[in-house]
Amino acid sequence: MGEVELKLLGMWASPFAIRVRIVLNQKGLKYEYFEEDLKNKSELLHKYNPIHKKVPVLIDKDRSVCESLIILQYIDEISQTGPSVLPTDPYERAMTRFWAAYIDDKVFLAMGGILKATTEEEKTDKITEAMSVLELLEETFKKCSKGKYFFGGDTIGFLDVTLGSYLVLLKAAEKVFEFKILDETKFPKLMEWTERFLSTDCVKEVMPKVERVEEFYTKIVKPRWAAASSQ
Amino acid sequence: MDQTSSLKLFGSWASSYTHRVQLALKLKAIQFEYIEEDLSNKSASLLQYNPIYKKVPVLVHNDRPIAESVIILQYLDEVWTDSQIMPADPFERAVVRFWCHFADDKLGPAVGAVFATSGEVQKASVDQVHENLGLIERELREGFFKGRKFFGGDSIGLLDIVLGCGSYWLAVFEEVMTGVKLVDADSFPLFHTWLREFESRDEVKETIPAVDKLLDYARAVRQMLLGLNQSNNVDSADTAAADTTNVVAATVVTNNDITWGVKKYWVSPFWVEMEGMGGYYMSVLTIYGHVWVLVC
Repeated sequence: MGEVELKLLGMWASPFAIRVRIVLNQKGLKYEYFEEDLKNKSELLHKYNPIHKKVPVLIDKDRSVCESLIILQYIDEISQTGPSVLPTDPYERAMTRFWAAYIDDKVFLAMGGILKATTEEEKTDKITEAMSVLELLEETFKKCSKGKYFFGGDTIGFLDVTLGSYLVLLKAAEKVFEFKILDETKFPKLMEWTERFLSTDCVKEVMPKVERVEEFYTKIVKPRWAAASSQ
Repeated sequence: MDQTSSLKLFGSWASSYTHRVQLALKLKAIQFEYIEEDLSNKSASLLQYNPIYKKVPVLVHNDRPIAESVIILQYLDEVWTDSQIMPADPFERAVVRFWCHFADDKLGPAVGAVFATSGEVQKASVDQVHENLGLIERELREGFFKGRKFFGGDSIGLLDIVLGCGSYWLAVFEEVMTGVKLVDADSFPLFHTWLREFESRDEVKETIPAVDKLLDYARAVRQMLLGLNQSNNVDSADTAAADTTNVVAATVVTNNDITWGVKKYWVSPFWVEMEGMGGYYMSVLTIYGHVWVLVC
């Protein structure tokens, strides 16, 4: 069997890139990592994701796979090592795909909604929306984990990395933008899961430190949005 | 193995997302029960089976529901392993998934926008459609699918189903909106050829509604859109200045909160209600599975 020659184009704070790196780690797959400056995109990025020019991009020999959830499924299908990222049962796979799409659709938007709110009222509304998303995810966690540690059961799976990749960003955002949605009293199982997830080795190695994200939000993101909304 | 002990599909006749699943079931020769949903009056079953999005299609297999057409298609392939619609090779599977996402995230909304607008905004949307089709054309010409009759090779695969069910709106919209060219054979020869091949297949002909039915549907909605735009003197879908004697701001929304999103409503496809002064029109058109609601 040929050598796996993987390259990954990513960005340190991108949840989409983070989740791919977690899975590559978990599977023990070696890869060369390229940090992209998204304001000055590299030739590699233009070449291997010409349509969207976004990270992450997985380059396998000379062929590229784009879009994080597609990359995760690809990695699952090519690797012979490590636990399966998607469940093996077709119905559970369908549910996993459904919830992953839901998470990427709602969580990012919900977070963005809070951060970009221009009035206290709007902020409260957006927080309520985000809470209802988390409520659903609390229920989903209970169903998927079946009493075990992760959405994926005994080991980190597709939904764990999909949702988990947002966690440090969420924690940093809560601090910098002054709100709280990661509430242990409202979402006990989910909050237990967040700590468990973040303390797992393959995650720790990849997840940015919350202080670094806080600094990013404080120095770059907040002023950028303040400028945009005052125009 | 008989897996069809209990297989139901909740759908809507004009929904291209529903057609995708119907076509896949037909190609895989799977028996199922079809339930037509009235989207203005959704059944308790639909709301129970798809509480989050409340949309069609929903497949229910042995009382377990699955929503989202591309997820349903992959499920069908994984349970009924004869006549596979997904390729076996992991890289090709990734390419297929990429273009499915492109179809639903970029092409579909752009086509819907063409239909729902006029003037400069429409022109911009037409350009967007051309750009998107151009990318697909290029993929057919020199990319992964080069030289193939179908995206799936010699036979229809998942990407053919996803792109094909919905592409019939292109010709329908061209017919309904004179002067709008979306998919002419000169600009997109390979896409055009592929679409003709796809539409000539028996299974496809049996799945997609008759073109006159689609035309009637599209004409009715388009008339309404034009009438509203004219009475408002609105050239675009952006909110217009309030006109207290007539219908007010024409705001077109999608159920994906894309651009001009204000609120989402679920109403009957053919229901139009007028309430005199400050009255409102509501109409729904399902394009590529996105529900477009015009609220005035």
